[in-house]
Amino acid sequence: MPDTLLFALEASLNGLTAGVMYALVALGFVLIFKASGIFNFAQGVLALFAALTLVGFQSGQIPFSHLINATLGTRLHHFGWNMPTVLAIPATVLVMIGLAILVERFILKHLINQEPIILFMATIGLAYFLEGFGDIMWGAEVKALDVGLPKGMSMAVDDATFNWFGYGFYIDRLEIWAAGIAAVLVAVLTVFSQYTKQGRALRAVADDHQAALSVGISLRFIWVLTWSIAGIVALVAGIMWGSKSGVQFSLSLIALKALPVLILGGFTSIPGAIVGGLIIGVGEKLFDFFMNPIIGGATENWFAYMLALVFLLFRPQGLFGERIIERV
Amino acid sequence: MLYREAGDFKTSYVADSQTFPIKFDRYGYYVLLGFAFLVMPLIINDYWANSIVVPFLIYAIAALGLNILIGYCGQLSLGTGGFMAVGAYASYKMMTAFPELNIIFVIIIAGMVTACVGVLFGLPSLRIKGFYLAVATLAAQFFLIWLFTRTAWFYNYSPTGMISAPTREVFGVPVTGPRASAVSMYMICLCFLVASAWLARNLTRGSMGRKWMAIRDMDIAAEIIGVNPLIAKLTAFAVSSFLVGISGALLFAVYLGAAEAGEAFGIDKSFLVLFMVIIGGLGSIFGAFAGAAFLIVGPVLLKLLLVNSLGWPTDLAAHLEIMIVGALIIVFLIVEPHGIAALWRTIKEKLRLWPFPY
Repeated sequence: MPDTLLFALEASLNGLTAGVMYALVALGFVLIFKASGIFNFAQGVLALFAALTLVGFQSGQIPFSHLINATLGTRLHHFGWNMPTVLAIPATVLVMIGLAILVERFILKHLINQEPIILFMATIGLAYFLEGFGDIMWGAEVKALDVGLPKGMSMAVDDATFNWFGYGFYIDRLEIWAAGIAAVLVAVLTVFSQYTKQGRALRAVADDHQAALSVGISLRFIWVLTWSIAGIVALVAGIMWGSKSGVQFSLSLIALKALPVLILGGFTSIPGAIVGGLIIGVGEKLFDFFMNPIIGGATENWFAYMLALVFLLFRPQGLFGERIIERV
Repeated sequence: MLYREAGDFKTSYVADSQTFPIKFDRYGYYVLLGFAFLVMPLIINDYWANSIVVPFLIYAIAALGLNILIGYCGQLSLGTGGFMAVGAYASYKMMTAFPELNIIFVIIIAGMVTACVGVLFGLPSLRIKGFYLAVATLAAQFFLIWLFTRTAWFYNYSPTGMISAPTREVFGVPVTGPRASAVSMYMICLCFLVASAWLARNLTRGSMGRKWMAIRDMDIAAEIIGVNPLIAKLTAFAVSSFLVGISGALLFAVYLGAAEAGEAFGIDKSFLVLFMVIIGGLGSIFGAFAGAAFLIVGPVLLKLLLVNSLGWPTDLAAHLEIMIVGALIIVFLIVEPHGIAALWRTIKEKLRLWPFPY
């Protein structure tokens, strides 16, 4: 096989695994959008916050130590013990659930019946708030996250491809794991929403708030539930991105990358989020691969948005979205 | 007792539809204008100009522009930073390519260039709306910044990739470059702001503004009663981008002096201006001023309080600032979705009836 084709194949494989990561963030968006009609801009910051909290628990950091030191003049920083990952993850899940309750209590409850655009801007505010809050709570420096997932080049893929094509592909083992975890997550979420009582309630709320209320579904509980699930999905995404490139502010920027993913896949479709993520992942890697010699690098910064823009012009509801019908 | 229309008789339609129908308001406005043009230049110093006044004037222009797009025409845009970069780079190219051209015209032409780019990126708004449009404008933001950092022609092949403003004069007084004084920087920004506010006010209360508002309130209904959505949306994008471009050109040429696209005009600028518009009040000229003042003065005060008085480290103060801004957005959206402008309106209404409760 010619080298260019092999390289392109490797680039697209890498794109697939990157796409899985985008899809993980996009999943959280879709969940909240389906259940409450809110376009949750804070999803990326939620992932950052979850990852920060996890690292903080793992390394036994004292929350707000920076703030306490500045006001009281003490020199606190760590409790002096390390929490095992098995404990730290459930603890972080609890924090995310607590956050979901607070968000419902202090923001969503007051914004019932507002226009979607107002809710969207409120989540932008929430994103800023959480960003500052996370930094104050855990400190802003880049942290390494290690939950015991394997890292580094996958020798199996390297060997197998070397035997087939005479050229070993480089694929991170972490990304293979991420793909597996994403698949499990999607399966669990699908089963949850199709076969459990709460899942059905969730879909009922997504369909019609009033009708759901009238058959005795608690809207507020469902919202807490959705935001908790979104928080847990954010934690998974945070673990994956955090193990890959460290827990840092840029983590919250992947939320922006998830927007074009959603547009491609449709805002209301879980499979759409996955397919959209894969298309964007492969698309931007291949575009960069072929266009790099012609127009220069770093096209990943905008390719996804441009693709979404062009796509929107032809199919505004996305690949799997429900058809948009407008009436006066 | 002062603040009421009693005894202030209007004898013509023109007099009745003026911007400040109440005498007290009108005189207050004249006093404010007089203070801004005559007194401020005498008392302004470098610290005040650089940390508060000039950024306020510049961001108020950007907020006016974005308010026309979001507040009046209902088209959500997250590409403000990118459009400001267009204004900055257009003014840089004009300044270096035509050194003898007056800086005033340079800035206006930069605004026009931005208007063209804005119309180009506004075209998708004819087919998509709401969040979808927000993503489309994000494309503008990231693509434009990428273009300006990658294409050497835009920064005249300078090795650092930065653009820096050469010295240009208005009536023999340098307003850009290192020799510009605080007063001259202040005056040029003030003139542009007053002109922009005048333009925005008169456009939004004319037929064009009414068309924008019809599109904002319900685009399909507006189309049925004969508003052409193509023209209404694209003019909103053009006027908005024109003002944003002017503000970008001023930010670069007058205030910063040197800039690099990714750093000076990143996505955080888009959000900053968006927050100004939300906090100030969507669909209000006064709101743009109030929002810009709030978000420029607030952080400075907070920093003074925390860093200088309490001795906190700067990074902690910065994080707290982000947190407070985020919380404020939420509070404003819950308590007063129409922003500071609506609060101001309530106060005025109360003042008008004072001392009676209603």
